[in-house]
Amino acid sequence: MALTEQNVPAGDNNSQMDHSIVGAELDENTQQFLTFILAGEEYGVDILRVQEIKGWDAVTQVPNTPEYVRGVINLRGTIVPIIDLRIRFSIEQLEYGPTTVVIVLKVISGADNSRIMGIVVDGVSDVYNVKNEEINAAPDFGDGVDSSFVKGLATVDEKMVIILDIDHMLNSNELASVNKAVDDEE
Amino acid sequence: MTFDMSQFLATFYEESFEGLDIMETELLALDVGEADLETINTIFRAAHSIKGGSGTFGLNDVASFTHVMETLLDEMRDGKREVTQNAVNILLESVDVLREMLSALQAEDDLDSERIAIVKKKLDDLLASVSNESTAVAATEASVAEPATETAVPQVSGWTIYFKPHEDMLQTGNDPVRMLRELATLGELSSAVDTSSLPEFLLMEPENSYFEWTVTLTGDIKKSDIEEVFEWVEDGCELTITPIASDVTSENSELDIELIKTTFEMLAPQGEKLVARFYEELFKRFPDVQSLFANTTPEKQQTKLLAALELVVSNLEKQDVLVRTLTEMGMRHKNYGVKIEQYEAVSSTLLDVMQEFAGDAWTDKVAATWKAALALVTNTMIAGQQAEPAAEVENSDASVPAVATEKSTAKKAPAKRKASTEASSIRVSIDKVDELINMVGELVITQSMLSQLGEEENFGEEQIEKLKSGLIQLERNTREMQENVMRIRMLPISFVFQRFPRLVHDLSGKLDKKIELILSGESTELDKTVMEKIGDPLVHLIRNSLDHGIETPDVRVAAGKPETGEIHLNAYHEGGNIVIEITDDGAGLNLEKILAKAKGSGLVGESDKLSDEDIADLIFQPGFSTADVVSDVSGRGVGMDVVRRNIRALGGTVDVKTTTGQGSVFTIRLPLTLAILDGQSVVVGEEVYIVPLVAIIESVQVDTSLVNGITGQAEVYRLRNEYIPIVKLHDVFNIKPLHTEMKDGLLVVVEAEGKKVALLVDDLLGQQQVVIKSLETNFKSVEGISGATILGDGTVALILDVTGLISISKKNASNVKKLTVAA
Repeated sequence: MALTEQNVPAGDNNSQMDHSIVGAELDENTQQFLTFILAGEEYGVDILRVQEIKGWDAVTQVPNTPEYVRGVINLRGTIVPIIDLRIRFSIEQLEYGPTTVVIVLKVISGADNSRIMGIVVDGVSDVYNVKNEEINAAPDFGDGVDSSFVKGLATVDEKMVIILDIDHMLNSNELASVNKAVDDEE
Repeated sequence: MTFDMSQFLATFYEESFEGLDIMETELLALDVGEADLETINTIFRAAHSIKGGSGTFGLNDVASFTHVMETLLDEMRDGKREVTQNAVNILLESVDVLREMLSALQAEDDLDSERIAIVKKKLDDLLASVSNESTAVAATEASVAEPATETAVPQVSGWTIYFKPHEDMLQTGNDPVRMLRELATLGELSSAVDTSSLPEFLLMEPENSYFEWTVTLTGDIKKSDIEEVFEWVEDGCELTITPIASDVTSENSELDIELIKTTFEMLAPQGEKLVARFYEELFKRFPDVQSLFANTTPEKQQTKLLAALELVVSNLEKQDVLVRTLTEMGMRHKNYGVKIEQYEAVSSTLLDVMQEFAGDAWTDKVAATWKAALALVTNTMIAGQQAEPAAEVENSDASVPAVATEKSTAKKAPAKRKASTEASSIRVSIDKVDELINMVGELVITQSMLSQLGEEENFGEEQIEKLKSGLIQLERNTREMQENVMRIRMLPISFVFQRFPRLVHDLSGKLDKKIELILSGESTELDKTVMEKIGDPLVHLIRNSLDHGIETPDVRVAAGKPETGEIHLNAYHEGGNIVIEITDDGAGLNLEKILAKAKGSGLVGESDKLSDEDIADLIFQPGFSTADVVSDVSGRGVGMDVVRRNIRALGGTVDVKTTTGQGSVFTIRLPLTLAILDGQSVVVGEEVYIVPLVAIIESVQVDTSLVNGITGQAEVYRLRNEYIPIVKLHDVFNIKPLHTEMKDGLLVVVEAEGKKVALLVDDLLGQQQVVIKSLETNFKSVEGISGATILGDGTVALILDVTGLISISKKNASNVKKLTVAA
């Protein structure tokens, strides 16, 4: 995987190698991000929150939920909601293709309370090590743009990566309030 | 026996706890006076297994304790003893003690030897009260207990063993001669054989044993060692082991035990006052000892002292028990930081206080005897205190703060341990397992059929047909198996309920109330994890109903109610929830007082208007758990906030309905996180939904002539003589139906909360048991949906919440009305 880019010394065995990645190259100031592509832009999420990446598969629709909630799937016995990020970000919808994947994330909502959710994205991209000081705060886009999901912007290899605040983006209150807004509009 | 028994120990504990539960249940079922023989037999068998098991594992304390119980039960079984309420109560108490002992042993904690000795004493007394024959056994048994310190055990010069194998012992593969040889290795042995029961030569069966032996074994031998020799033949012989009086005359034989006993009995009624006075005097005379009691409350300490005194007095004859207990006490006292000089202070104060209470009866002789007795006690305790190795001191200060705390931690620890061990194993009814085995059998048959098919050389049309049917069969087998495996986690709620008869029995006795507990819905299944956590809140609620709900018999009679109060514990499934109701026919909540209290404590504003329900609900507020409420507001509300918090943590709710003078109903609703539901799969559009089977009344094909519109918006269906509103599921859920014409669809008539609606669906699939998964864990609750489940093919299907659907359809109807009004 992309981990090999990190100039890992040729280890004797896998466990040592893993250890060296976590131990030697990551200090407190560095975080690893998994990035994915959505409508040509690269977004990053904290890699420790990623549970798994899986291909798109049929979902069971849940009635009376916002459009971006595609439905729920069975993830080894747990019911996991699937959210289409394109719809969530009001980006034009795209037919799901072979690279379309679901990234299953752990979302922390409130103290000791975590949920598992999946997001549908165009495709996964890479894993980066980003130092905390390399993350810039999101600029103010003005009233028209909701930037509350954006934790910051990072530059990696001259590319911009949008670091997402998944807790804020996916926690249930947010979903509930959006749901309410939809109801009110009706 | 050299192989490792510890692997069986866990099973032994599990079985023993189960045995204890059985004993408890059966003891409660015993009719005093005319006991059912089968019931006694069941209790006896349970006790016997525990005794046998504990003996095998070398848990001699448990074995000897159970033996006394067994002796008692045996007499009951043989009809030699009447079953009295007293006996039942003592047996119940013994069950508790046994449970504590086993928990402590399991957690590798110290045994509460004082409590054990007290209860054992009660058992012994009970035994002694009728047959003297059994007392001898009991008394000797009582003296068998693992000596804590070898040095403290009085010298026994030897034992006389009477051993008569039953005739068939040789056939069981046990050889008496070998046992005698084994005995000879323990000490100096002399034996006399009695051959009087030997029949004439011609009548003699060579495989029978006809001898009996009287063996004298001298030397310093532990009784348990002797018993070990006979361990495997205990039930196949007559065996008595009696100690030979020691040459070392015991010190207390000089004491006038009778005198001590009579004085103690005389003082006993004033016991509590006496000990209270004693501590008062002690602290006055020796202020420095006060610091030793910093970690305990005076009340606890007083009870403890009284218990210790009772123990000492009642065990005066049984020297070894006494010495052991006192030695242990001494060790503990050192841990508290008691200095040796202080013993003198304690005994002199005690003597003076006793004199004060005894008055004229405190003659010189009495004083001298007590002084001697106390000196003996003190010396033994000091010996115990010194016996402890010095190295212990470092830890002791930190680890053993005080009597009271030590006791409470000892009790808590096993409880925790038990919970964790419980979580690791589950008992499943044999039916469920058999069903699974049957299914595996079917699966194997299907598999072999398919593999045979695969090997056929000419694979044609015919084989494809067979293959298809085989695959269908395989699918069915797999699905059934999946369902059944999931059902294993589900247990009937009776596992929780079964502890309540005992609770009610004990508490009603304590509170002087007559209460009948009615259980229903015990077979309602719920998930094991939920079950483990619902126990404590339920205990709390039931105790509450007993204590504060049900009135005393005289109050009840005065209020025109039957003398015996009723508590009804009921469980059932409803709308994706498990509902547990606790109904009492007591006085109900005193709403006025609750409101006054709430206003007083600022929970409610002075001018707030609250409905009765709101007021009743106040008892769940955290502010209502303070101690002074107990007396102010008839006690209700103590710790109710904790109950609500625990139930909420399980994702449930608890509320109360009350009618003054007629009682209260506490209703607990728990989500069936993993509960199983019989469901009917229905198709709407491309989605499959599950309708709970309990809610379904019938399913009918739509006959359009029976569909009537009401004011052009709502539609009703005439089913025989009823008009039932139609809920179009595709409208409610906003999905595209398969059939646009109503006549192609089906109506599923469902009922909830007494209302009927007809759900319009596209098609019906099969019925199946589904395991309910929560949508809320990772998502949120959705109106009209009570949960989700995973179908045989791994996809998710949503479970309909009929109650929710009805309210949605009502809302929609009113929206439509509003719209038309606006238009």
